[in-house]
Amino acid sequence: MDQISTTPQQIQDTPLTIAGKKFRNRFFLGTGKFKNKADVTESIVAAQVEIVTVALRRIDSEHHEENILEYIPKHVTLLVNTSGARNAQEAVRIARLAQASGCGNWVKIEVINDSKYLLPDNQETIKATEILAAEGFVVLPYMFPDLYVARQLVKAGAATVMPLGSLIGSHQGLKAKEFIKILIDEIDVPIVVDAGIGRPSQAAEAMEMGADAVLANTAVATAQNPAVAAQAFSLAVAAGRLAYLSKLPQKQSPASASSPLTGFLFER
Amino acid sequence: MKIIVNGQTKDFSSAKNLKTLIEEFCANPHQVIVELNGQVIKNDRWANQVIKENDSLELVTIVGGG
Repeated sequence: MDQISTTPQQIQDTPLTIAGKKFRNRFFLGTGKFKNKADVTESIVAAQVEIVTVALRRIDSEHHEENILEYIPKHVTLLVNTSGARNAQEAVRIARLAQASGCGNWVKIEVINDSKYLLPDNQETIKATEILAAEGFVVLPYMFPDLYVARQLVKAGAATVMPLGSLIGSHQGLKAKEFIKILIDEIDVPIVVDAGIGRPSQAAEAMEMGADAVLANTAVATAQNPAVAAQAFSLAVAAGRLAYLSKLPQKQSPASASSPLTGFLFER
Repeated sequence: MKIIVNGQTKDFSSAKNLKTLIEEFCANPHQVIVELNGQVIKNDRWANQVIKENDSLELVTIVGGG
């Protein structure tokens, strides 16, 4: 009998490409809410994260804050969010300030003017995308999954579209699943599911249905062991991606036996 | 001289250039991004930038965020 090979086949996948940059890890990490900045570094390193979000805030002269940038390895892509912006003009202003800081020109447009639900304002997001894309920014807009808005964002020059899974920080997973699926099916730029991803299994679910990447922050930052949580998310995103590539069968109902239905040992 | 810094009116005893003002206000000037009256001012211009009465300054920095 011929020997069977025990060397695993290399899985063929293309890296995620955004604005010409290639990412092997489709798990994006937010750096907010960590108890210790050292946990940010550990999480990035443990999970081999290649892109993180940061924010821009006024200096507090009363309290000296350590510089978050010193905790992010130099090879990691910085995605500055426009959190705090209530309209397009404020988002544009934040993006230009961030660029002036030397953090690059990748911006996550986040325009929220409701503090209860933290839902993004899709219309202001479109306006900000148009202005910033025209200025050469790499724009990743955070949005409520709406097909018409997604098309307008792409037309406005967005590099990806980032639909929310559920409300920021809610850990509710893919409440917007069916609407994210529509974007995956109809929109040509990468779909990065962002917000509300509270469990690695939810991240895997997003990737299984064809999302291109997943961003999580709160679930990792507020875990008792953030670096381990980050690894779990990273593995889940990779597993979901492989599942998607393997083209798993559709759900069966009611049942479909896995073992042969003939040659039973016992008379039937 | 009254200047607005990060939305708050502050009194500075004498006309300063931007560099000395930032050094007074911030423990880590190298982390600061500066917007004066709506315009971004890069750090190589701070020493030569004069501050006038009622100027509006935003001193911001990169922090962790989602």
